[in-house]
Amino acid sequence: MVRDYLDRIASLDGQVRAFLRVDADRALADARRWDTAYARGDAMPPLAGVPVAVKDIICTRGMPTTCGSRILEGWTPPYDATVVSRLREAGAVLIGKTNLDEFAMGSSTENSAYGPTRNPWDLTRVPGGSSGGSAAAVAAGMVPLALGTDTGGSIRQPAGFTGIVGLKPTYGRVSRYGLVAFASSLDQIGPLAGSVADAALLLDVIAGHDPLDSTSVDLPVPDYAAALRGDAGGLRIGIATEAFGDGLHPDVRAAVRQAAADLRSAGAVLEEVSLPTIEYAVPTYYLLATSEASSNLARYDGVRYGLRADADDIYGMYTRTRAAGFGSEVKRRIMLGTYALSAGYYEGFFLKAQRVRTLVRGDFQRALERVDLVLMPVSPTVAFRIGEKVDDPLAMYLADIYTIPVNLAGLPAIALPCGFSDGLPIGFQLIGRAFDEATVLRAAHAYEQRTGWHTRKPQLGNPP
Amino acid sequence: MTDATTQMSYEVVIGLEIHVQLLTASKMFCGCAVVFGAPPNTLVCPVCLGLPGSLPALNRKAVELGLRTALALDCTVHPVSRFHRKNYYYPDLPKNYQITQYQYTVHPPLATDGVLLLDPDGPRRIRIRRVHLEEDTGRLVHLEREGRVIASLIDYNRSGVPLMEIVTEPDLRSPNEARRFLGRLRAVLQTIGVSSGHMEEGTLRCDANVSLRPPGADLGIRTEVKNMNSLRAVERALAFEVTRQGRLLDAGAPVVQETRHWDERRALTFASRFKEEAQDYRYFPEPDLVPVAVDPAAMDAARAAMPELPDARRRRYMDRFGLSPYDAELVTSSAGMAAFFEGTVARYPHPKIVSNWLTGDLAAYLNAEDKEIEDLPVTPAHLAELLELLDRGTISGRTAKEVLGEMLAGGERPGSIVERRGLVQIGDAAALGPVVEQILAAHPGPVADYRAGKGQALTFLVGQVMRATRGRANPELVHRLLKERLRR
Repeated sequence: MVRDYLDRIASLDGQVRAFLRVDADRALADARRWDTAYARGDAMPPLAGVPVAVKDIICTRGMPTTCGSRILEGWTPPYDATVVSRLREAGAVLIGKTNLDEFAMGSSTENSAYGPTRNPWDLTRVPGGSSGGSAAAVAAGMVPLALGTDTGGSIRQPAGFTGIVGLKPTYGRVSRYGLVAFASSLDQIGPLAGSVADAALLLDVIAGHDPLDSTSVDLPVPDYAAALRGDAGGLRIGIATEAFGDGLHPDVRAAVRQAAADLRSAGAVLEEVSLPTIEYAVPTYYLLATSEASSNLARYDGVRYGLRADADDIYGMYTRTRAAGFGSEVKRRIMLGTYALSAGYYEGFFLKAQRVRTLVRGDFQRALERVDLVLMPVSPTVAFRIGEKVDDPLAMYLADIYTIPVNLAGLPAIALPCGFSDGLPIGFQLIGRAFDEATVLRAAHAYEQRTGWHTRKPQLGNPP
Repeated sequence: MTDATTQMSYEVVIGLEIHVQLLTASKMFCGCAVVFGAPPNTLVCPVCLGLPGSLPALNRKAVELGLRTALALDCTVHPVSRFHRKNYYYPDLPKNYQITQYQYTVHPPLATDGVLLLDPDGPRRIRIRRVHLEEDTGRLVHLEREGRVIASLIDYNRSGVPLMEIVTEPDLRSPNEARRFLGRLRAVLQTIGVSSGHMEEGTLRCDANVSLRPPGADLGIRTEVKNMNSLRAVERALAFEVTRQGRLLDAGAPVVQETRHWDERRALTFASRFKEEAQDYRYFPEPDLVPVAVDPAAMDAARAAMPELPDARRRRYMDRFGLSPYDAELVTSSAGMAAFFEGTVARYPHPKIVSNWLTGDLAAYLNAEDKEIEDLPVTPAHLAELLELLDRGTISGRTAKEVLGEMLAGGERPGSIVERRGLVQIGDAAALGPVVEQILAAHPGPVADYRAGKGQALTFLVGQVMRATRGRANPELVHRLLKERLRR
């Protein structure tokens, strides 16, 4: 199995460029070990011999981790992230590290210092981001499972753009230990997969309390794969009125509305819910996430690891290293965040944003007292063209208008395919109550079984 | 306080910031051991090196020690406190932010609004502004060649070591008060098992803010004095700074708000080489840590773990052992001194005599050497043995002092010193008789004087016998023998 996937990577990734690094030798060696164990009749862990790709912002011992940035070029972590340890224990074969927007800052994977990843459905288009490499790898069939991270939509939006399933777990459900921080209060690791069942399988492996991450929550983890049994019968699903306003592409609107109707046919009860404050989510997010980022990224200074630009004194070294090592989007966000935390602005920006975050959380909480799930589009449009938004950061930020509120609220949400527009996938998302990933997965699975959009694959393999 | 060297009379205003290295086995946010003097960068891990992806996990023991301190200082403990990030760039700070607790009212530090009495029964109450927890930085080592720095190395062993910061209100009114306050605080911290209190090793560090003002006026411009590595240094550095500021003010010159370093050798403070810019630390709540909740059970546990505090101990020594207030104060001035006192009394149950030796010869030695009692090779058992030898008349009082001097220097048992050097007191009249005869024969003048009724001549003759026996003669016996002989 690992060899098949490696072959597919070899033949396709020249076009898609999903991977920053593929460790074929080690992957094959691991796979052979599982083959031998299987032949011996050993007990097999859940992911024995299954190749998994990991976004290159998650630390892998002995395998370089760049975060898509020049500043960490050549840095090899001396430790595994908790999710990576859990993958290894579950028998997964780490096949390689996938491309991303630098430090997960972006919605198109164009902000990678190592070049953009392309959308397997249309190589002139972006795969979304920031987990674009992981999403494209799964969509192109180069790997069955991948890990991404979602700070403002970075799992769900690329899943939507590439027609696969992406789950952002509840904040605190999956350990962040070893995930290189962008915005600590928002970051969360989650699975990208070709089906809801596969995503559930991967979540089973990575979920659970970790004493190394104080924000990971010590709650029992249900058997997600088992939770898929049953249908959508009796589920109450809220259609978020505010998410169907101006700016939503008509094809996307129609497909997402149809998805809601299909869920009703599957037995769910639909009702409208209101989330009035989500229109403030994007500016709120860009204050909080950048504030945290400005501090999280301060450690890249050339003193201990990664890039170092020589200078006459330490401050010269700091500034030259950071000027050379960071890309423009990262610099923009560091400056924005530094500003928002500065004396005289803290109250007006950071604290105010914290208060709005509380309001957004309250909106979801009220809605989820009435309904089990909230349904929304993932993105206002389908995948855009490479280069289309690189000079317009605001337009790029608005690509995450439906995903960001969920991160502010810390809730679990799944993105899954529900149709096409001009041959490009459309996704919708189901948002659940905190730590109720099981219900999210059950509804998504029921929908998927009924509609089968996830079985459509991009036509690749015959390069022009 | 008025400084005699200045023309005007100014009021001195001092506030202290004390950093205490907590007595935990492991660091504040990771499992690395806390050990003094390990080879550089051997006590490190991804967390205290600030490697990408690492996260802090709070050491509950540090919180417990913080709570104990808060209780001992009569603070208000906040049921929920938060950690913050203090952002600044410095190579000893691996994340380029320090995890600490900032004094926001919405996100308070562990404890605020405490008090420590400076004079146990007097009016001097020094208010404690806050007690908070934070992580220590690494340590920079500058390699120098021909007086120039050629390279800077960083040892991250200290990075992430648990620190507690205690900040006072500007309630201290003289360098001596500052010293006494710090001594009392240190005794409290040692007694409750929070700190080893070694200023020389840096497990207890004190920075001082000092300013002068005409009595009743608003606070003057302050300077922050750093690098004071002993109680005595605190007093000396502040006294220097008070004089320096006083002279500036006398001359109508402004005091510049700055950080000044105490130079122990040159006995002066000097301004830091680098002009500080107005730093904006951009504090914000640390998103990697959940708020610290202190429940009543934790408070009860901290209360239960609280030993007798120095003030209570001091009162007990006065009531039970009959020590004078002054002696009781001195004997309880550090946890080490109190333990030494009690250890000696347990073996030699004459508290007043023990106290006299501790507050006399021993205290004088410690003060002169700027040492702590724990630094000495002498144990309570040794001192008790010495006092027994004295009681039994084996040695004279003068010999005892001499033996103590040797014990302090080398740690040898008093019995062995006495034996080795043949210092056993001569208490035998037969042995002393010939010496007495010899002295009387050698000093006919004083003998005649005595017989003529000049009493003090006898004292001279006793002294001569003592000298001839190198202090080993029992002075009372000598006195008696001389008197008897002269009566004839």
